[in-house]
Amino acid sequence: MSVLALERLTYAYPGAPAPALDDVTLHVEEGELIVLAGRSGSGKSTLLRLASGLVPHVHGGDVSGSAHVCGMDVRDHGPGELAAIAGSLFQDPETQVVMGTVRNELAFPLENRGESPAAIARGVEEASLALGIAHLLERPTHALSGGELQRVALAAALVGRPRLVLLDEPTSQLDPVAGDELIGLLRRLNEEWGTTILLAEHRLERCLTAADRVVAMVDGRIACDADPSAFLAWAHSDAPALETPGARLLAGAGLGPAPVGVKQARAVLRAHSALPSTESPALLRAGPVAGKSFRERGRKKSFPAPPARSASLSSAALTPSARSASPASALRLRGVWVEPKGQPAILRGVDLSIARGERVALMGRNGAGKSTLLRHVAGLSSPTRGKVQAGGRVALLLQNPNDYLVHERVGDEAPVEALEAVGLASFADRHPRDLSGGERQRLALAIVLGGDPADAPALLCLDEPTRGMDRAHKADLAVLLGRLAASGAALLVATHDPEFAAAVADRVVLLADGAPIADGSAAEVLTGGWYFATETARILRGAGGVLDPDAGAALVRAHLTEHRPEVRHR
Amino acid sequence: MRRSASPLHAVRAAVGCALCAVLALPALLFDSPLVLGAVVAAALAVGSAAGAGRQLRRALLFGLPFALVIALLNPLITRNGLTVIAQLGEAPVLGRVDVTLEALVYGAVLGLRALGLILCCALYAAVVDPDEVLRLFRRVSFRSALTATLATRMVPVLQRDGRRMADAQRCRTGVPPSRVALVRAVAAGALDRAVDVAAALEVRGYGAARRPPRVRAPWSRHDIAFATVTVTLLALTLGAWLADLAAFDTYPLVHGDWGAGTWALSAALVLLPLLPFLDRRGIEPRAAALQAAWGRR
Repeated sequence: MSVLALERLTYAYPGAPAPALDDVTLHVEEGELIVLAGRSGSGKSTLLRLASGLVPHVHGGDVSGSAHVCGMDVRDHGPGELAAIAGSLFQDPETQVVMGTVRNELAFPLENRGESPAAIARGVEEASLALGIAHLLERPTHALSGGELQRVALAAALVGRPRLVLLDEPTSQLDPVAGDELIGLLRRLNEEWGTTILLAEHRLERCLTAADRVVAMVDGRIACDADPSAFLAWAHSDAPALETPGARLLAGAGLGPAPVGVKQARAVLRAHSALPSTESPALLRAGPVAGKSFRERGRKKSFPAPPARSASLSSAALTPSARSASPASALRLRGVWVEPKGQPAILRGVDLSIARGERVALMGRNGAGKSTLLRHVAGLSSPTRGKVQAGGRVALLLQNPNDYLVHERVGDEAPVEALEAVGLASFADRHPRDLSGGERQRLALAIVLGGDPADAPALLCLDEPTRGMDRAHKADLAVLLGRLAASGAALLVATHDPEFAAAVADRVVLLADGAPIADGSAAEVLTGGWYFATETARILRGAGGVLDPDAGAALVRAHLTEHRPEVRHR
Repeated sequence: MRRSASPLHAVRAAVGCALCAVLALPALLFDSPLVLGAVVAAALAVGSAAGAGRQLRRALLFGLPFALVIALLNPLITRNGLTVIAQLGEAPVLGRVDVTLEALVYGAVLGLRALGLILCCALYAAVVDPDEVLRLFRRVSFRSALTATLATRMVPVLQRDGRRMADAQRCRTGVPPSRVALVRAVAAGALDRAVDVAAALEVRGYGAARRPPRVRAPWSRHDIAFATVTVTLLALTLGAWLADLAAFDTYPLVHGDWGAGTWALSAALVLLPLLPFLDRRGIEPRAAALQAAWGRR
């Protein structure tokens, strides 16, 4: 018997013009780990909510066809009954935690099932050990970080040892380290406990190696249901937005098969003698900025040219001392400390300068101090010690665009000029809450940018702007930010996403424990680490300093031409 | 509730609730300023001894203006009392306003009573685990208890949302939005949050919840000590009330019992609940003790 069996299932939300799930037939067998892929609004979350019983019991709407979870008809059994066999974890951990302490949060599902006190105690103990949160058991839930909350919510979903675990973008708010840990944990649960896992995720490169199957959804329909390798082949031809950077790199270099992970990509490159080393003759001949030239070659395809800068401001030439000496600073931080009363310091003597027109990505783990730094840069808070000097107005886009939306019309939220700048002029009469996630993000951006050219920001700060965004929307945002930066505003983007950082930034500052631990060109920083590195950089082991797959493909082709002139590539 | 290691934090919720209720009881039964002052002092002292001094001080700062407003309003709206200390003449709605000493004193008594009750509630919020209270009451009415607890759970969530929204509004350019627009947005956000929390509850099995099991955790030394103090305080309070000790009348003239009995009762109210804090052995948070008890079963 399938753990999840959907037969010709069609579902529409109340009042929706089109079905969210359209004639879906899907069977998930015991012990499978399935990744649900698809763009935002393709029906992934609805499918997960259907499997948990929230659709139709909480959301309402019309269902036709059949849906069974472990033999229980979803239309007859609500989420409360299905909770015993299907554990769920959604995107936002803050709204999934309902009790005051971690221990009580883990005990809650078991208490609801009427388990004995001894069974509850054992369940809590085992789930906390499995998830590595035993040290948090007595902590109040309101004092946990986002990453800790997500782990606690996952533990609460797993504590009853459900046969099926449903996860909706569980890593979207986690840093690369915590995200990889979570995926590793899911893999272990799947392999050791035999738990069936259905995981919706946008950053496919993170989870494909753990997957048995990938189910790709387009407009509420299943467009592809195949093993990861076959899915990548399908994505290359039919849905490029779902292609992983590694697959795109190899496809661009004319090599195959499409690799499921970094290891497999390297194996393919090695098999074709196409893995460039950092001492590649092609690179050495091209000189130290070879990586940059390859990178620009890749970037031209999808991003506008960066603004013209003086040689002293080029990313390759930037050093912290040169930056602080620059007279045209958009921002200068001098010895900034943030030391809340009775708590550890959040920022520890940060020195940072950003030149006008410079594009900087701020990276680091959850709790490293990125958001705090942005708040102080934008003047929302004052540092305990040190100085923050901005070379003009600082615009800050906070994490949740919904926080900016207070009017009934898009046109009332921001001036026409700003709406035009973000491509929303035609949406002026729509209600802001009717916009998609990406459109809301752009509207919030228009709100902080304003429409007065005389009051244009000298520095635009964005805090995790790609949270929950699919790859296509990220690319759109990167293009938009590139356009804004080209008009002269400096960019400071706090992000967990190395691919996005590589797309928008020339310079990357890595924060740890409230202080910068790396500050250099994107090519230097994003090729030099394990976690804070793009997939392309990890596959090529930083060769040439290339970060994105198109530039990587160009590098591989150059390498092949150098070493195997008989090979002619497309 | 901030989880701390203190003898009061280590007691079962039933005892913690009972202690807070018994501390508040004299504020409801007595008019004597001495006894009411003792209630305020007792709540502050117990809160400080439990490591919740900061929360209690915050509650004090929050409650003082209320108490002051009550104290000042009473002489303006009441006609009782014989000792006129000020004649304010005719006022719209109120008519002729003669401020009497008795009304002023009774206003102060009401203010002190309100302050005592606010502080006892703050003490409850600071030292009693709400999850355990939920566990305690849901055997009687699971859904009502859970709804009440979740309503309190939504408070910090909405506070955080409100802070975020305020920050976002500070980042806007141009004319700031009207208060009506802001209130509408906050309400819409709160509804969205409530739906999200409801969905989380459903997938944790709340919809199919069964009657929870009874947890028979052994009584710790702190349970016994605080329960003893609670029972003693209850007996003292009821005994004094029945014996008409610490009597205090404000109308028509101020008249009170300031004898040794009143002083003894007030001193007992402050000192007795502090005695269990002398023993600080085994003050792990309550949930860990429960877990240990479950593990032994």
